[in-house]
Amino acid sequence: MEELLEILQDLHPEVDFDECDTLVDDKILDSFDIISLITEINSTFDVAVPAEEIIPENFNSAEALWDMIERLRDE
Amino acid sequence: MQTNVLEYLENIVDKVPDKVAYANEKDELTFRQVYDRSRGIGSLLLHEGYTREPVVVFMAKHPNSIVAFYGVIYSGCYYVPIDEEMPKHRIGLIFQSLQPRAIICDDVTEPVVREFDYQGAVYKYADICGTPEDTEALAAVRDAQLDIDPIYIVFTSGSTGVPKGVVACHRSVIDYIEQLSSVLKCDENTIFGNQTPLYFDACLKELYPTLKFGATAYLIPKNLFMFPIKLVEFLNEKKINTICWVVSALTMISAFKAFDKVRPEYLHTVAFGSEVFPIKQFNIWREVLPNARFINLYGPTEATGMSCYYEVDREFGLDDVIPIGRPFHNTQILLLGEDGRQVRDGEVGEICIRGTAVTLGYYHNPEKTSECFVQNPLNSAYPEIIYRTGDLARYNERHELIFLSRKDYQIKHMGHRIELGEIEAIVNQHDEIKTSCAIFDDDKKKIVLYYVGDVEKAALITFLKSKLPRYMIPNVLEQLEAMPHTANGKIDRNLLKKKYLEK
Repeated sequence: MEELLEILQDLHPEVDFDECDTLVDDKILDSFDIISLITEINSTFDVAVPAEEIIPENFNSAEALWDMIERLRDE
Repeated sequence: MQTNVLEYLENIVDKVPDKVAYANEKDELTFRQVYDRSRGIGSLLLHEGYTREPVVVFMAKHPNSIVAFYGVIYSGCYYVPIDEEMPKHRIGLIFQSLQPRAIICDDVTEPVVREFDYQGAVYKYADICGTPEDTEALAAVRDAQLDIDPIYIVFTSGSTGVPKGVVACHRSVIDYIEQLSSVLKCDENTIFGNQTPLYFDACLKELYPTLKFGATAYLIPKNLFMFPIKLVEFLNEKKINTICWVVSALTMISAFKAFDKVRPEYLHTVAFGSEVFPIKQFNIWREVLPNARFINLYGPTEATGMSCYYEVDREFGLDDVIPIGRPFHNTQILLLGEDGRQVRDGEVGEICIRGTAVTLGYYHNPEKTSECFVQNPLNSAYPEIIYRTGDLARYNERHELIFLSRKDYQIKHMGHRIELGEIEAIVNQHDEIKTSCAIFDDDKKKIVLYYVGDVEKAALITFLKSKLPRYMIPNVLEQLEAMPHTANGKIDRNLLKKKYLEK
């Protein structure tokens, strides 16, 4: 989780990722961010994010992202 | 002979009055509605005393914004599209350059307008779109209008930190739309899926051919470009068959393997441009859509939109580059060398554009205009303006144009044209910054900013976000103790780039 927060903080230093759960809904993340995030997640956690997981629900909060990463790691 | 872009609308409205012209995910406008409302807005602007001047359209991306554009043209004024997501600082600079007297806004942008030091009139779209048309007044404007009169001003990145407003006239847009539609093979069955923002010339590709043919254009919600499967599902739901997108929007779908789950069912024409298409991704698209036409487009805002095209007609290996091909009909490309003469086949020259599609120049900026809208050096007999793009290219053995690079520090990032100098100019405005240098990592497509000054990265990013559009915000920031310089005192960009790549 720490590593994920670091990645997010690099993208948006001004956002409190512990609290925010509307990253997509409030247009905080844009397509640049989603692309960088998926690339970073891939290289940091060694999980490939399949297209069906690239949906708003998985990107709205750091927690949702982390849940997705854990789920993909288990598979 | 057609002399006004609105003739496209007038010629089609009685043929397909109830067909949808422009729509987004929930709202749609028929040709009749587009016609009536834009004539209403034109009449209102005339009654309020505006003519032959810039009128700002400051609205969220929506079919209504397009009606506002046409309304402005009906009044004999020219529209200046500004997006709700543009940073306030940039909008302020644009207002300074324009000194507009009228702004059309919507519910979202109206409170934002009030924050500016702006003394002119503010019209809300919803209040004015139902104005009854004044047929006589509209006819009088039309009668007095020439095809060399401006339609719009769009702002593009300027290296000094001040955006430049490119002014385009009816004749250039008509020429462009005629040539582009014949290359894309548009007709009344075309259903466009628009990706590009309305505040750039890129959206001309969907806006005007829709009028010319009585086609339909969907403005795809921006948020779908983050979620590839939903995006393809949207294309299928709306039966979209023609797209003109930036390369990064296309590769987002293919690289995330969305095609494993869902495939475009109706797409038959895929035009792309503004960036090099990585062949690996391109080949995935071709495999998924073996019968579709793929067309690479190239051109600067200063020549109205696109100037060159290449329809993919052969296989490309991973090391190949897709050509930008040949100019549209009625446009000529001159590849000029340092000596002002045309280079020989195979040699590198600067792309210079000759033709009706060359725009009128930069608004209120004779200095920048005279730098690149210049007399054709091959013609000393009479005045003839060409546009020097600053792009370098050469012909391959098939006599197709191949784009190579820029002469200066302009880059293409996520489909946007950016002057690295503009980023630096803004960074240097920060009180704590002593000096800065922006470079571009071509492989990873990242803007890297080196800076000297006592400021945290987070604080600097927050500062930049208030001044620059999102796509110009550096992806990587590096604080330095001192900036490396070359022997003659300039910042050593090459050394910075080398250091960055070695990391």
